[in-house]
Amino acid sequence: MATEFLLNGTTTSFDGDPDTPLLWVLRDHLKLTGTKYGCGIAQCGACTVHLDGKNRRSCVTPVGTIAGRKVTTIEGVAGKTAEAVKSAWVAIDVPQCGFCQSGQVMSAIGLLSAKPKPTDDDIDHGMAGNLCRCATYVRIRQAIHDAASTLEKTA
Amino acid sequence: MTAIASRREFLASSGLVIGLALPIGRGAAAATPVTPFAPNAFVRIAADNTVTVVIKHVEFGQGPATGLTTIVADELDADWAQMRIAFAPANDPLYKNLMFGTMGTGGSTAIANSWMQLRNAGAAARTMLVAAAAKRWNVPAAEVKVSKGVVSHGRNKASFGELAADAALLPVPEKPVLKTPDQFTLIGKDVPKIDSVAKSNGTAIFTMDVSRPGMVNATILHPPAFGGTVKSVDKQAALAVPGVVAVEAIRSGVVVYAKDSFAAMRGRAALKVEWDLAKAETRSGEELIKTYKAAAVTPGKQAEAKGDAAAALAGAAKTIEATYVFPFLAHAPMEPMDAVIELGKGKADVWMGSQFQVGDMRAMAAALGIPFEGMTLHEQYAGGSFGRRATPDMDFATEAALAAKAYPQAPVKFVWTRENDIRGGRYRPLVVHQLKGGIDAKGDIIGWDQVVAAQSFFANTPMAAMGIKDGIDDSIVEGAAKSSYAWPNYRIGCHVMENGVPTLWWRSVGNTHTAYAVETFLDELLALGGKDAVKGRIALMKEDRAKGVLTRVAELADWGRKPKDGHAFGVAMHKSFGSYVAQIAEVSKGADGLPKVHKVWVAVDCGVAVNPNVIRAQMEGGIGYGLGHALYAELVLGEGGRIAQGNFDTYRSLRIGEMPEIEVAIIKSNENPTGVGEPGLPPLAPAVANAWRALTGKAVRRLPFAHGENA
Repeated sequence: MATEFLLNGTTTSFDGDPDTPLLWVLRDHLKLTGTKYGCGIAQCGACTVHLDGKNRRSCVTPVGTIAGRKVTTIEGVAGKTAEAVKSAWVAIDVPQCGFCQSGQVMSAIGLLSAKPKPTDDDIDHGMAGNLCRCATYVRIRQAIHDAASTLEKTA
Repeated sequence: MTAIASRREFLASSGLVIGLALPIGRGAAAATPVTPFAPNAFVRIAADNTVTVVIKHVEFGQGPATGLTTIVADELDADWAQMRIAFAPANDPLYKNLMFGTMGTGGSTAIANSWMQLRNAGAAARTMLVAAAAKRWNVPAAEVKVSKGVVSHGRNKASFGELAADAALLPVPEKPVLKTPDQFTLIGKDVPKIDSVAKSNGTAIFTMDVSRPGMVNATILHPPAFGGTVKSVDKQAALAVPGVVAVEAIRSGVVVYAKDSFAAMRGRAALKVEWDLAKAETRSGEELIKTYKAAAVTPGKQAEAKGDAAAALAGAAKTIEATYVFPFLAHAPMEPMDAVIELGKGKADVWMGSQFQVGDMRAMAAALGIPFEGMTLHEQYAGGSFGRRATPDMDFATEAALAAKAYPQAPVKFVWTRENDIRGGRYRPLVVHQLKGGIDAKGDIIGWDQVVAAQSFFANTPMAAMGIKDGIDDSIVEGAAKSSYAWPNYRIGCHVMENGVPTLWWRSVGNTHTAYAVETFLDELLALGGKDAVKGRIALMKEDRAKGVLTRVAELADWGRKPKDGHAFGVAMHKSFGSYVAQIAEVSKGADGLPKVHKVWVAVDCGVAVNPNVIRAQMEGGIGYGLGHALYAELVLGEGGRIAQGNFDTYRSLRIGEMPEIEVAIIKSNENPTGVGEPGLPPLAPAVANAWRALTGKAVRRLPFAHGENA
């Protein structure tokens, strides 16, 4: 039986195995490749998407469990917070290899949506699930603070 | 090679039809340039006024795409917004690393080897644009100006694009006039990185993102111990998994082909394989360490020596002796090893982030049984490497090609799982150092004896003759030999060890362990002699640039001040790949009993700072990568030689809350630029260890810090 869900605002149907992790539905079947595979066991966060607006590791989320729910990926994420985060990322050149950064950006948007003015501790906690082997963490922290300031000014 | 010769070769090169031109800058729109003006292998100026720089190095995060483009743009006096990049095809005559003789990225050489080559390439193009303008306006070329992509003389103005067709008809100058450093407009500035936009919005394409019509997804199961082989495979259970289309045994394991990645991984989990482990490495890590320690207390081959270390130590007022143990480490780039291969008749198209472009294509051609000329590499962004994507024997390229060859019906996307990566070998070698040092009655260091035991990753590869000479592999002792310190009497010994675990260079290579052993042992000897850690080092240093970074970092951190309660400072300096880096770490004891690193101050001298922003980023990255491994990471060979770790749950990586604040000072210099991708790493772990010893009195001689022996 096909699974229907709302993907980046569009009703989408997947008629394969409902155990298939959302990650591989997005990447292999729907060709949305911004969401990355890094570990497959929810340890690295490269596969982070938003499920009903909250951070979710798509590599351990069977597509059959999200019927009728809202999925947002890096390709579809929009709005003031998303724009502030992406702009902050570019402004201080956060990415190095870049492979984890879709997940980092999605997690940062999720964090700021829940906590518009995060402290360093909030960032340590909220971003703990996202590994960056290039260790761009100094800039990730800075970019999140910068995005929060931008949002505060334009609120 | 002359510019004219290179241009001919460039135009004749069938491989150079590049449809990839990536937009750069902030919000620049994508464009596919037409190319009327290609004065050499590196610069192409299109009628639409875009300037595309052909990048001969792989971009896996260290910033060469930005740096190389900056060099061309500066000599051209281009506007940064008009710059684009394209990755070079596999072509040694045009795109070899001038320090390697073949295409390759490593040893922090991307900027260093390209510096004069790309300045000449940019300057030649500029000279021709100026000559074209002078001819068009009938004015002397010497009076024509170029600034931010605009060529002008009085009221006459033209863009590069408007002059491109005319310039293409002119002769290529063999020795164009280069700028003097005071004329640089982009070099030395924080030019925005080329790839930040695409890498912040999910549009950057990596090998793993490439899709071909009819493609299948494949992954592999490797033997459970190094050196094992496939004895027999029962394919039925794997083939019964919905979506699995084939199972094939190849030289290095069993490959499962499927309609999507999930089915491939499920099929792999269902495989029933009987392995032949008769020739496998079955010793445990502790057994290996025992043999290494036994070797390290004997002199080994002499890599370097001065005076009489043994006599000096025998006559010393005080001596210290120490044994250091460094574990196997995986590179674990975020994007696991992968390639997409599409076979044709006598040809193959390959999409991958290759680090040895020509070597990989030759290895694949050999594996596929087709000529090298039939190979087309579509070079991709690579999601990290830290050395892993280049091996002397091109292991991954060969494996991927064999996987494609075994399923010729369709294009194959061959992707390693994280477990393949962590258990796949090619590790930073296991290393043991044995050190003995002595001071005289005044506290001056008078003798230093250091023996290093490690495997050579050149052994049994095509690079063996180059890498191992007279029983010494320089990459084992580099940083201990040719150190920055002038010991009056010293000896550096080397043992090339053998075992069945495949090893490889890993971000900063031998310096990963030599810097730690030298800088922590030196710190102890200085303390034993009552010397200050900064002044004591400077008194022993031979080179002004080494003294310069240490002096600068001491100023930056205000060395000598009293630390906060429960905190301590530690310092280290190490030269690698021609660049000098000194660091001071501020450390306290964390809740987990391990060092908590609050801040690291850095001074770096890498010659001309082409892009200070990239240099700072690489210092940050080197520190984070170094710290994560020094604190947490080790691959343990358990019973029977099986690797105990398998993914990021057990091979622990640094997380954001463990990352220190970092402050970087870049020394001003007109020396030719040297690398920054690796040199930020070596001083970090010893600086932390020295602070830890100051704080706790404990000298950590076995890494990682989290190893049980340090508890």
